[in-house]
Amino acid sequence: MTMTMAISLQVNGERIDAQVPPRLNLADFLREHLHLTGTHVGCEHGVCGACTVRVNGEIVRACLMLAVQADAASVETIEGLSDSGEISDLQTAFSDRNALQCGYCTPGMLMTAQDLLKQEAEPTRDRIREHLSGNYCRCTGYQAIIDAVEATARLRGKRTA
Amino acid sequence: MTGISGKPEPLSMLDRPNSYIGKSVPRPNLARLMQGRGLYVSDIQLPRMGHVVFVRSPYAHAKILSIDAGEARVRPGVIAVVTGRELSAVITPWVGVLSHLKGLKSAPQHAIAIDRACWQGEAVAAVVATSRALAEDAAEAVLVEYEELEAVTDMRAALDPSTPVIHPLLGDNLAFERIHDTGQVDQAFADADEVVEANFVFGRHTGVTLEPRAVVADWNVAEARLTIYQGTQAPHMVQNIAALHLGLNEQQVRIVCKDVGGSFGIKVHIYADEMATYALSKLLRRPIKFVADRVESFNTDIHARDHRCKGRIGVKRDGTVTAFEIDDLTGIGPYSMYPRTSAIEANQVVNLVGGPYVTKSYRARARVVFQNKNVMCQYRAVGHPIACSVTEGLIDLAATRIGMDPVEIRRHNLIPDDAYPCGSPTGLKFERLSHHASLEKLLAMMDYKGLRAEQAALRERQVHRGIGIASFIEVTNPSAAFYGVGGAKISSQDGVAVRLDAQGSVICQTSITEQGQGSESVTAQIVASALGVSMERVRVILGDTDVTPYGGGTWASRGAGIGGEAALQATKSLRKNILDVAAAILQSSPDELDIVDNGIVNMADGALRIELKELARVVYFRPDTLPPGIQPELMATRHFVPREYPFAFTNGVQASWLEVDTETGFIKLLKHWVVEDCGTIINPQLVDEQIRGGVVQGLGAALFEKCIYDERGQLTNANMADYLVPMSGEMPDIDVGHVVSPTLESELGAKGAGEAGTAGAAAAVANAVNDALRPFGTVVTEIPLTPQVILTALRRI
Repeated sequence: MTMTMAISLQVNGERIDAQVPPRLNLADFLREHLHLTGTHVGCEHGVCGACTVRVNGEIVRACLMLAVQADAASVETIEGLSDSGEISDLQTAFSDRNALQCGYCTPGMLMTAQDLLKQEAEPTRDRIREHLSGNYCRCTGYQAIIDAVEATARLRGKRTA
Repeated sequence: MTGISGKPEPLSMLDRPNSYIGKSVPRPNLARLMQGRGLYVSDIQLPRMGHVVFVRSPYAHAKILSIDAGEARVRPGVIAVVTGRELSAVITPWVGVLSHLKGLKSAPQHAIAIDRACWQGEAVAAVVATSRALAEDAAEAVLVEYEELEAVTDMRAALDPSTPVIHPLLGDNLAFERIHDTGQVDQAFADADEVVEANFVFGRHTGVTLEPRAVVADWNVAEARLTIYQGTQAPHMVQNIAALHLGLNEQQVRIVCKDVGGSFGIKVHIYADEMATYALSKLLRRPIKFVADRVESFNTDIHARDHRCKGRIGVKRDGTVTAFEIDDLTGIGPYSMYPRTSAIEANQVVNLVGGPYVTKSYRARARVVFQNKNVMCQYRAVGHPIACSVTEGLIDLAATRIGMDPVEIRRHNLIPDDAYPCGSPTGLKFERLSHHASLEKLLAMMDYKGLRAEQAALRERQVHRGIGIASFIEVTNPSAAFYGVGGAKISSQDGVAVRLDAQGSVICQTSITEQGQGSESVTAQIVASALGVSMERVRVILGDTDVTPYGGGTWASRGAGIGGEAALQATKSLRKNILDVAAAILQSSPDELDIVDNGIVNMADGALRIELKELARVVYFRPDTLPPGIQPELMATRHFVPREYPFAFTNGVQASWLEVDTETGFIKLLKHWVVEDCGTIINPQLVDEQIRGGVVQGLGAALFEKCIYDERGQLTNANMADYLVPMSGEMPDIDVGHVVSPTLESELGAKGAGEAGTAGAAAAVANAVNDALRPFGTVVTEIPLTPQVILTALRRI
């Protein structure tokens, strides 16, 4: 496994050039090579959603994608979404509603929730539950997360109204 | 109220101006977690750090004939391959027993198996390399020759004479047995009009913390110190155990606990692979990192429950319950866990069955047996879901038998709210509970009568909905009675140090830990309220044995009740010290001064006399201006442990409303209600979220979660696709209400709330399912309530 491949990509708007082993997955590349440890690894087989990141605007499971597949792509992680301010209202809602306890699922949960809020202005609670149903949270029981996403949708609706 | 006889303060801290007690203030530490800027153990990288991967036994029970690591040692990046025998040069084995659990026995367990593996997944060798990937590559090249032995898997057969004894020196596979018999049980059953029996079956499940267990151990040979970064709930316990078995003094071991990705009791134990990681660091003289992958988590994180409990209840036609009897059997894997042991859950089941009720006649037997499956130990709400499901299941069966409403039979038998203090047949002491007030509040919240009408109307359209109710008690705020009296060096007291820094802010070091419950937040709320400063000025430091006072940590719903009281008393002491200095500076009397909004004010008119930061400036930088003889002490430390009551029992009641699809066997949860009484509520939102999270863990056990072993002891669903956990789509909204009965053992009055949700959720669901299935004349007493279980009960498959 000594052979490496060259990749060039944007990560949170920053150009990254790297030599990576072909077997390296995107989550490990972000965490171990770029030290973007906000992307969490929970199951390593695409079930738990903790490693959710955005690639070219779509949310993906970083554990199911190889780093070499992200060549020429634009990757956004929780650090990028936080620094740009894109989800600051959603983060405030999570904090106000205590929609996180241990916080390990939270980056992936925020990524997935923002994905829904970008697609739908007024998702119902059932829609929110459905869209987040691939993100495992062991602490909260989900209700507070649903509340926070619902509250954010309402506030965004008012702002654009 | 501390020293109940003591004179109460004129203005208690609970109703001081600007108190944060009882307020749903947001937790102060959330931004870093939401921005991906936390520090979990899996994020830590140290210079020269090696990564360990364990070669694990593929057999449930096997002799290790030989280990050939020659090929693995020359693979790229490999630092070392270490067997159990080689590692035993630096670490000693342990035996997980406690002296107060009489007769409990177990065998010596090694950090890495020597000669024999006793469950599928037990580590038999360690491969250390420069990266996790390279260590995994090399692990595949380690050649282990096994001789498979017969595996003991069915706990019902573990005690048969024809079953092999897993540890021959122990004589049999019985780890522990407890028998209880009080209140002339035979007579009480004879006095009953009806006696109902049922066999309750509880699946083996596990915690599935989203962050797997992870350790970075760093032995610095030059300092002769071992620093362990670990997401543990009990840092001082780990310090003690690591030192003991590595031949070090405790002061040579430092435990650092940063952010923890879920614990729930999974991360309060001493695991063999974690001990091996500490030992590898000592052996190899460099930092070693172990992060379990998800398959390892399923195979080696403690499992829980797995009980078969035969229950019997006697009832008179007027609803009076005359007696309870249980015979409980549980299998715990090949070793009793260290140091808390694997007999506590069964012991709790015996203690808790019948706990909410006045019935005094109670007989119980619990047997705990060894088997060749993964180790089992205390997980959130230890024993409670078993005891609650058995008790509440029996109560409902009794009600059905005599044709009484499930609410009425509970009203008839629950301990009256004015009967306290009182005790249980097993000797539990109840200071003050509120079963009836809680039940009445629950019925109002759920509109019980309305739901019953809705149920009846839907029944006519062949829609089968059910209502299930479950009252429960919960053990919180444990004293030394839990572990200390049995010889375990697990502290039951906690300590807090608070100090005013030079800018007028407050640093608070506490021995309780944070895994997301809000320990940091409630500590800051208490300190800020008791001192009279804003919460932003309070910085709470937890999870570092070099820094915090000595204490137990966060488990058994003890953080707020015990650590919170220590924080309150330390802060009161600091407040007094500050007022003494203020009086000297202001030429006033401490009695005439108060601290409000970060400043010293007149008690009489509230006028600001001096800002805290100005007082701090004088104390730290111009002590020469203070009157002679004044030596300010702007730091105070206090410890607390409950003494009068071994445990602060809480109580509550849950209700489930669900629909059973009798064609497919699927259950749809529609709504869940909880009323619980945890005494003084410091932060209502945090308490409610503990309840909700706990309920959902209980719902997972009720409907989905089960570690499925085959007859050879192979775990067949050790991944998150096959082991089902509750996801957002299947979970209902949960309404939470409270009754407040503070404990008088502490001034704060707080009891625990972390496990109440898990304690009663499965019982409520099972009772609701049986309520829904009533027209079919079938009763289900097995969880998880999978479609297969439901359809089998309906005789559809």
